[in-house]
Amino acid sequence: MNATAATYAVEHDELMCAIDEQHAPKRTVVAFGFWVFLLSDIVMFSALFASYAVLVHDNAGGPTGAQLFNQFNVAIETACLLASSYTCGLMSLAINASRRGTTYLLSAMTFILGAAFLVLEVSEFTSMIAHGAAPQRSAFLSAFFALVGCHGLHVTAGLIWLIVMMAQVAVRGFTQSAERRLLCFALFWHALDIIWVGLFSVVYLMGVAP
Amino acid sequence: MTSKIHDRAPGDSRVRARSELLVYAIGLLLAVILTATSFWVANTRMIWGPGIPLGIAVLAIAQMGVHVVFFLHITTGPDSTNNVLALAFGVLIVALVIAGSLWIMANLNANMMPSAEMLPPPQH
Repeated sequence: MNATAATYAVEHDELMCAIDEQHAPKRTVVAFGFWVFLLSDIVMFSALFASYAVLVHDNAGGPTGAQLFNQFNVAIETACLLASSYTCGLMSLAINASRRGTTYLLSAMTFILGAAFLVLEVSEFTSMIAHGAAPQRSAFLSAFFALVGCHGLHVTAGLIWLIVMMAQVAVRGFTQSAERRLLCFALFWHALDIIWVGLFSVVYLMGVAP
Repeated sequence: MTSKIHDRAPGDSRVRARSELLVYAIGLLLAVILTATSFWVANTRMIWGPGIPLGIAVLAIAQMGVHVVFFLHITTGPDSTNNVLALAFGVLIVALVIAGSLWIMANLNANMMPSAEMLPPPQH
């Protein structure tokens, strides 16, 4: 029954494309809608960035960024996320060429690099909290955990999404809907890397700069 | 009959797969160079201190541009106009929120009367 529904959906898609050629294909419409969502997500992050920039010096006598941040850790995190963005781009190419094995390999690499980033971030948070730099310590730390933690939650959601998509490809193969969703996932993953560029520059590098 | 060019999905590219590999490799190389430069700028003593945050900000904006062009494939072509317009609007709102917040809060801090708990305790 599911197979019938899927076949119907594919035929329906092709029929719609054939009927109104003057309209953009569904892939374009879906990706554009997701692009608008991503931009609104970035606008939300800009509010968190603004509150962090306003509160960065209000540490209430507690630890400052220069005392807390470990640049080596941040460099490894940055390398992990940049490399996973690159493998995600290569995965998009493998999907366009309908190569299943390469897709699985590159998605596994993307997942491992993203998970390594997340492990490093969580260990940084736990060691900060263990040293008394919890979110409730000062306005600076509240803003820090809100901003960096929100990015970490996005990465977690992306990792879950990637597993779900690989399960879909394994069960149903490269259907049109799976390809559309994987295109949206790639956009999401690249956008997270763009937000991380702002994060490591504004929070970590400006925080430790002399 | 089908002379109209369809819009391109963000993230999709019109170049062949072989040169696509090259596009991602160039993007990765540029991103690594820019990231390494901004880590160097944050730690060097060769640059005038107050200029360091400005340098880091410029490098970050350049790297975001590299990601948008080489990884997200947002171009200035006619098939990508809608994507660019949406991006431009997003950038406008982000700039307004961040610059506006910083400007207003700095102004408030500068004009704020010292409150009761910030004043020294009254002499009896």
